[in-house]
Parts: sequence; C-alpha cells; structure tokens
Amino acid sequence: MANNVINSIIKIADSVYNSIKKKEKPEVESPLRSLSNVNYDEKKGYFELNGKFKKKTMTASSIKTFAQTLKMLDFSKSLVVSEDMATKREAYYVSKNWGPAMFKEQPESDTVMDDIEAMLMVNREQMGFIPEEKGGDIAGKLIVVDKDSDTGKEIKIDCTKMGTGAYSIPISVEHLKFETDAKFILAIETAGMFQRLVKHKYWKNANCILISMGGVPTRACRRFIRRLSDDKKLPVLVFTDGDPYGFGSIYRTLKVGSGNAAHINKYFCVPQAKFIGITPQDIVDYKLPSHPLKDVDFKKIKDLIKNDPFMKTHKPWQKALMQLAKMKVRAEQQALAKHGLNFVISDYLPNKLKNEKTWLP
Amino acid sequence: MSDQTTLTEKNKNNTKAHELAKKQRDISVSEFFEKNRHLLGFDNKRKALMTTIKEAVDNALDACEEARVLPEIIVEVIDMGNDRFRVIVEDNGPGIVKNEIPKIFARLLYGSKFHSLRQSRGQQGIGISASVLYSQLTTGRSIKITTRISKHHQAYYRELGIDTINNKPQIKAEKEVEWDKENGTRVELDIEASYLGGNQSIDEYLKETAIANPHITIIYTNPKAEQIIFPRALEKIPDECKEIKPHPYGVELGMMIRMLQATKAKTLQAFLTQEFVRVGSGTAKSICENAALIPKTKPSKMSREMAEQLMKGIKETKLRAPPMDCLSPIGSEALEKGLKKEINAEFYATVTRPPSVYRGNPFIIEAGVAFGGDQPADHSIRVLRFANRVPLLYQQGACAVTKSIINTAWRNYGISQSRGALPSGALTVVVHIASVWVPFTSESKEAIAHYPEITKEIKLALQEVGRKLASYVLKKKKIMLESKKRSHIEKFMPIIADTLKDLLDLKNDEKDKIQENLAIILESERGELEDVGFNPNNNTEYDRDFAQIGRSNEDNNGNEDEEKKEENNGGEQ
Repeated sequence: MANNVINSIIKIADSVYNSIKKKEKPEVESPLRSLSNVNYDEKKGYFELNGKFKKKTMTASSIKTFAQTLKMLDFSKSLVVSEDMATKREAYYVSKNWGPAMFKEQPESDTVMDDIEAMLMVNREQMGFIPEEKGGDIAGKLIVVDKDSDTGKEIKIDCTKMGTGAYSIPISVEHLKFETDAKFILAIETAGMFQRLVKHKYWKNANCILISMGGVPTRACRRFIRRLSDDKKLPVLVFTDGDPYGFGSIYRTLKVGSGNAAHINKYFCVPQAKFIGITPQDIVDYKLPSHPLKDVDFKKIKDLIKNDPFMKTHKPWQKALMQLAKMKVRAEQQALAKHGLNFVISDYLPNKLKNEKTWLP
Repeated sequence: MSDQTTLTEKNKNNTKAHELAKKQRDISVSEFFEKNRHLLGFDNKRKALMTTIKEAVDNALDACEEARVLPEIIVEVIDMGNDRFRVIVEDNGPGIVKNEIPKIFARLLYGSKFHSLRQSRGQQGIGISASVLYSQLTTGRSIKITTRISKHHQAYYRELGIDTINNKPQIKAEKEVEWDKENGTRVELDIEASYLGGNQSIDEYLKETAIANPHITIIYTNPKAEQIIFPRALEKIPDECKEIKPHPYGVELGMMIRMLQATKAKTLQAFLTQEFVRVGSGTAKSICENAALIPKTKPSKMSREMAEQLMKGIKETKLRAPPMDCLSPIGSEALEKGLKKEINAEFYATVTRPPSVYRGNPFIIEAGVAFGGDQPADHSIRVLRFANRVPLLYQQGACAVTKSIINTAWRNYGISQSRGALPSGALTVVVHIASVWVPFTSESKEAIAHYPEITKEIKLALQEVGRKLASYVLKKKKIMLESKKRSHIEKFMPIIADTLKDLLDLKNDEKDKIQENLAIILESERGELEDVGFNPNNNTEYDRDFAQIGRSNEDNNGNEDEEKKEENNGGEQ
C-alpha cells in the first residue's frame, strides 16, 4: 500500500518533469470533487465518480498552487517513507518552512491536500495525513479487538463495560476486529440522545450497539460502521433529528458518501443503513413540538430534491422532503421528551423497530 | 408748493441738501485707486512687487510683438533696504513717441488697448500707471523712463509723477540722453515691497511667462544680485493678432450709448456697419427693422430708450460669429515644449481647441498635462493658468479654470479625486485662454470669470488631454501589474525546481535546467514587457535649474491668498 502511494507520487512528479524538459506547460489532473460529478447506483449503494476531471495547467496565476501541490506531495512522500503521520493542522504548520509557498490559512492547505488525495485516488490516511476530528463514540454489546502499539499484543475492549462513558473510534480502523452477538447497530446524531440511551442501558434490552456520530460522521466513523456491519452482518439503523440537515447531510453521507470525497466513497459508506427517524410523518404521528423551517432549510430541501443523486433515486425520500416543506417545521430528537423523558426508550424506539414501514430507505 | 413760496431766496439755497452738496465733489480716477489699491493688485508689499513687474513686462512684450520684434526683456530688482526696491524693466521694442510718454505712464485709463479688441496682455490702460501711482504713494519717487524710437532719433529721458486730483501727468524732469540701444524703452520705479520666493513670487511669474512665451528671452537679476537668463526656445514671433471691432452680441447698453455718441457715422445703418464686425448693410437693415428704428436715424440724436430698442433688435437678429484670425494661441507643440522644460514627467499631452465665442468675443482654450516623473504623488495637482500668455498666480480658487478642473471627472482618467476638490497625484495641468477680451473677475486680472461658454470649452480641452492621459495611465497600470506577476512567477520557479529534484533524486544540472525551461515556458506565454518606468534622463528638454526657480524658500512662505483673506476679515470687523 505504502509503495503504491510513493509510486503514484513519483509518477506525477515525473510527468511534470517531463513536460518541463520538453518546454511544455506542465499539467496535473484530478477528478472534479463535487456532487455534480457523482453517480448514484442503487445496486452499488454509494456515490461514484462520474469521470469529469479538472486539469490544472501551470500559469502565472496558478504557479503558487502548483508549487504548493508539489511541496505537499514531497511532504507526503517523506511521511510515508518514515511511516510517520501528520494532522491537517500540522501539515499547515510544516508549510511555514516553504518560503513564499507557505499557506496563509489552513483551509488553503486542506484544499491542496484534498486535491492530492483525489489525484492519487487514495484516502489521506494512506498518504500519512490524519484528520483532527474525533471518530465517534461506541457503547453496547461489542468487543473491539485492537493491538498494543508497543508489544503488538491483542487488546480486547468490551463496550458494555464503559460505565456511563464510551469507547472512542480511533482514526484508523482497518486493523480492528469485532466480537458481538448484538442484533443491530443504532447510529445516533446527537451526543445528548446517545447519553440518555447509554444511561438507561437501552442496548441491553434492545440487544444492540449504540454509536454516537456527533453530527456528520467522520470517515473513520463511517468506515468503522461499515466494517462492523459487513463483518457481523448487522443491520444499521440511523436516528437523527427530523430536519433537512439530518436527512441530507448526516444520513446521506453515512449511507452513500459525499461529493467532495467521491473517489473514496467506495470504502467510506454504509449502503445497508436504514433511516428510522425522526421522519416527517413521525412529527405528525407523535405530535412532536416543532420549530419553523428557516429560509436556508427550504433552500436545502429544494437542493436535495433537485440535485442530490441519492434523494433523486428514492421516491419515499422525495415524498418525505416535500412533506416537510409543506409542514414548514422541523423536530429534534429530544422533542420526544414531551411525552416523558424515557418515552423514547419505552415507546418510540420499540414501536419504530417493530414497524419497518415507517422507515425511510 | 405753497410752503415753498414763503421761503426767502437765501433760505431756498440753504437746505440740508445744499449743505450736503457742498461736500460732494469730483473724485478723480487716480484718487479713487489711491484709496482702493487692492483692486489693482497692490494689497500687500509682496504682491506690489509682483504686480509692478508684471505690468511693466506685459507692456514691454505687447510693444515688441506689435512691432514684430523678438522680445528681449531685461528685468532687474534691486534691494534698497528698508523694504524699498528698485524695479527696472527694459525692452527692445519700438520705443515711445515723446509726447505720448507722460500720458501712457502717468494717466490712469489711458491706453491703446481698451478701445480696441485685440488679443493683448494689457487691456484696460491701468496697469503701469497704477504702479507709478503706488511708487509715488510709498516712496515719493517719480518714474524714470528712457526711450528711443530709432537710431536716427535721440533717446529721451523723462521723470514723471501723477497729479492725482486731476488725473494728469506731472513732468518732473526731461532731457535728451545718449543710449547705446537703437530702440526700446526702459522704466525704473522705486516702490515699497518685499521679496519672497515660492509659488507666487516674481521668479515663478517670470518662469511661467517663459513657459507660455517660448519666443522671448528674459534676463533677470534678482534682489540677491543673481542673474538668471531664460533663453528663447523658439525663433518665431507669434502670428500677429489682428485687431477687431466689437461684435454686436458682446456690447452692453452703456457701451452702446457711448459708442453712439462717439461715432463719426452719420446714420444708424452706417454706425452699425462701421463700428461693428460681421455687420454688412443688409444685416444692419434687418437690425434696424427688428429694433423698429429708421436706418437713417442720427446716432448722436438717439435717446436711451432708442438705444435699448437697438439692443433688442440686435438680440433678435441672427449674426455670424466673429472672425477667429484675431487669436494667436501658444500652439500645442510650443506648450508641450514649455512644460517639458519646467517639469520632468513621464507623459505629456497638450491640445489647442478650435476657437469659440462668449458674448460676441472670440476665444481659444489650450490645455496640457504633465504626468508622473519626479512630481510628488500625494499632493493636490499643480495648476498653471495663463490668460493671453500671462501667468495667473493669485486667486486660484476663484478662477473658472480651477472650477472647470474640479468639475472634470479625473477618475475616468486614472487620477484620484475627491468630490468637489482638485484631483491629487503626480500631475500638472496647464490651461491657457486667448481672447480679444479676457473676462477677469477684477481689475487686478487674477482670475477668469465663470462664463458658461468658457468653462465648457475648458472642460472639453481637459477631457481631450484627459483621454490621452488615461490611455497612458491605464497602460502603465497594466504593465506594472504584469511585472508584479512576473516577479511572482520568479519566486516560485526555484521552489518547483528544488521540489522536483527532491522527489525524483535529480542532479544539480538537471535542476538548473528545470529553472531555465520554466523561465522559457512562462516568458514565451507572456511576451516582451514594454518598459514604461520613469527614466529621469529621458526628457532632454527638462531644465533642472529652470524648474528650481521660485522654489528656493518654498517652505517659509505662506500662501498669499490666505494672507489676503485674513486681512480682509480683519478689515470687516
């Protein structure tokens, strides 16, 4: 794997060098990273690149980015060779040594890094870059088998014995193994709801694994759920707020990936995931307290219906989105507390689990 | 009526009105100006020196040009101590006939220029005699005049004063003298004055005179006894300015009445054809028709009402514009030459507009700009104003030229300008108005009046040079941006070469080759870069010493206009 990355980097550098030798303007090519350049195939179950490429030619105005891209490739190569790692933030600080090619703000270095990732068609962890953000929390009927980094010995982590705390998904999950007899995985949007379910040991009665995503799931979190679900043949159920963000950003990204990272969605998606709530119909059925939709929400709904290849494919989702737009409201997970703090455990989740027809694909 | 009959003859002549009438008496023009000398440009000592020299030089130049002689003027200012200065101005003109000398120099409102319409520097016949009056007032001295009309004539020497009560010259001394000059005039005046350098100094005045009159030579000795020579740049006298009669549109009622009284014509029709330009017998008839006056009316018998009718008739008659060959502009080439001598700039543009007319008076506007170079960029622009080749140094704010510059949208030409203000930047703007009658806002001839026809022409001239300026300024900005881009490129070429060397384990010569090739790749794309940088040595006509004249003690001289304002305010309280 490591050699692959180095070879790709050298290939790119070589093509640039050859162009210059021929006195031609050097070019680099990377796939266009946007929702407009992805296809959704229901059978494959994830966003796939459409094949549109962005060609970058070195000109007076792009020479700085060009130099930065080469510097970043060089840095990546040195990381892979020395088997070291750097966070995105660290990479940004390393660039401060690059003279005029240094990055002024981190978003600039992040963009160059994302471009290289797509250019090499690998994920950035393979290039030696690791994300800052935490991967997500686990509690419930799962034993994670990890390795001690010093001795190489196996370590078993029992996620039922975390007390009121939880197990954190590491940044790299490829080496993990799992032991479980749970029946399903429940991926939850908010830490607050996760805490309530953990505190009342919901996993014990429902015989499941609880995962807190904390907003849009990180790559590590998505990969973890995918590996766990594939490995143990477990269904994945997703529980978010009943709003366009919960549907379109959190659930959609977990299930099929994102437009920005389309080149790696294959590994970072959970096509078997299903949405159990909160659906727009739930707001009606459970008479949930709601908030009015804002202009940005309407815009997001319109955008999802019109432009999102995933939402476009699934009629039920289109309907649900239209319904939400008509109701002009949204509801949070915690709104269930209107019927009692533990209504979610005693009534809502058991009802929803029983009635698969109330889910969304 | 009944009351009056009871008054005695004595009482009749003893009313309050009679008493007041005893105090009333003629005020001679000389007396009037004695008390109102600020109207003529003698507000303070510094300005008095300027005005005296200006009037003498203006007269000298007018005289030389009328006689078709290339002017060579000697100006000498001697510091006599105690704020007294001796001013000597000598020309190589035609000289003055003996009998005319006293009237020309020592009688106000006497002159050849007021009654004719001709482009000349002086126009009212006040200037030099006002200086004589001022000299008499402040030093008690007479003006000393030496003049010679040809080598066959003896030179005359006169000392003159003015009888201010009767506005008549007083001859103090006269004699025939030996003079090595074949023809010419020399005047010598002692006045109370002060000498300062700077923007409104005599040095600056003479320098600007040289700019606007490239055909003259001035030999100037300043009060520090330093001699400065402004040599002639052009061996050609400007075309002779023909004298024209007034155009009917340009005459006001009072003037009309005076002309009616003074004319030798026997009939109104003859009066119109003889005294005005662009009036033939046919046109004269239609004027009379429109005025409901009989063409055979005797002009001297016409009443005020009839004159007013005549004015109305003129207004209703369509007349051809006055002839334009009576004007002599500096010429855009000569103007540019003058600018180049004074200002070391990167770019010059000048224009001479076609002639135009205001109130029946033909005029021509000329304008020029000098941009960049060693001019300061953070100041208001410099404005040079000329009227009939005479520099205007005072009352810039009140002048139609300044107003027109302010009302021109300089930002369109790449020059920064705040609302309602002069633009700022490394720019000099010059405007010249040539006319048979320049409308000044006051007798001291410091600012041009705001006639809409004039401000419009000035604006058109400024726009014309402005557009030329814009194409240069924009080109320069573009090229500067381009060279900035290039230095940007050059910063990154070594980084690319180094990084590729690192990634591909290249040798040093391979790395150098990368850099070489990158330069070729990027250069070929961008083409040759035109050099628009300012090279101070490009302008071979620039005369550093010339440009420094009048600048020597710029720091410690206040703005005279401001000083004046303060004085005026003080006077009001």
